[in-house]
Amino acid sequence: MHGDLDEHREDGIVNGLEPGQTIELKITPDPFVTVRYAGASGDFNPIHIDEEFAKQVGLPGRILHGLWTMAQVARAHTEAAGGPERLKALSVQFRGMGRMGEEIVVAGTVREVNGEVAVVDSNAVQAGQRLIRNAVAEVSTR
Amino acid sequence: MAANTHAIGKSYPPASYAVGREKIREFAAAVSETNPLYFDVDAARAAGYADVVAPPMFAVVYAGRAVTPALFDPEVGIDFPRMLHGGQEFRWGPLVVAGDEISTTATVKDISERGGMRFYVFETASTNQDSATVCTGTWTNIVRTES
Repeated sequence: MHGDLDEHREDGIVNGLEPGQTIELKITPDPFVTVRYAGASGDFNPIHIDEEFAKQVGLPGRILHGLWTMAQVARAHTEAAGGPERLKALSVQFRGMGRMGEEIVVAGTVREVNGEVAVVDSNAVQAGQRLIRNAVAEVSTR
Repeated sequence: MAANTHAIGKSYPPASYAVGREKIREFAAAVSETNPLYFDVDAARAAGYADVVAPPMFAVVYAGRAVTPALFDPEVGIDFPRMLHGGQEFRWGPLVVAGDEISTTATVKDISERGGMRFYVFETASTNQDSATVCTGTWTNIVRTES
């Protein structure tokens, strides 16, 4: 079960990928995800980890790191494609503020397949608010 | 006050980063990854990699530190408390694995102003010890100039 990439390659959704095909990932960030991500990434901006500070600067409370949410978008693609080597490029626009405790849905659709590269459009939405919009990924199909 | 555009084109000294196995595991866990390639040395080696593989978004760790000096550069002049991360793009080459030595150079790609917002765009280029480009990044930060 450990890392049998060849098996993933044979079974991966991206093989035989067609325009219109969809990918989806759902995740509910727990209350300490920003603390772990701050340590892992080195981004200790207090708006992500200090409830009082966040409220003082006019936020509803601690908010998610945009790059953590982008990592969920990246994961939606690598999991659908069968591994990290398939993700060749990802661009995103950050919008709304992500909160902990509420489900985030990453949803994408294959726009086109050019040779061995699929172009996938996606968004990340939480409680009806887009945290990431206009995400575009290039995913290798082999 | 208009945006300082004279810093466009400015580059910063390369930032080097030694990729560690436990740091990859810590990062992968923090973003809810479960692929054994990120955690299990044997699985990574069985798949042909020298050591555990860094998730693509690990670029934030090795390239992000190259952007920091640009963000705080007085010549660029970002009003830091009013800054928002507006957009991000990464383009990846060969996968980064534990043991790699990554060198990242940051450049001020563009500074512009429109619609009461100032846009600061930085580019990073990250290469490994074999001079292969493992990632290029475009980091767009926005500062509101009107409240």
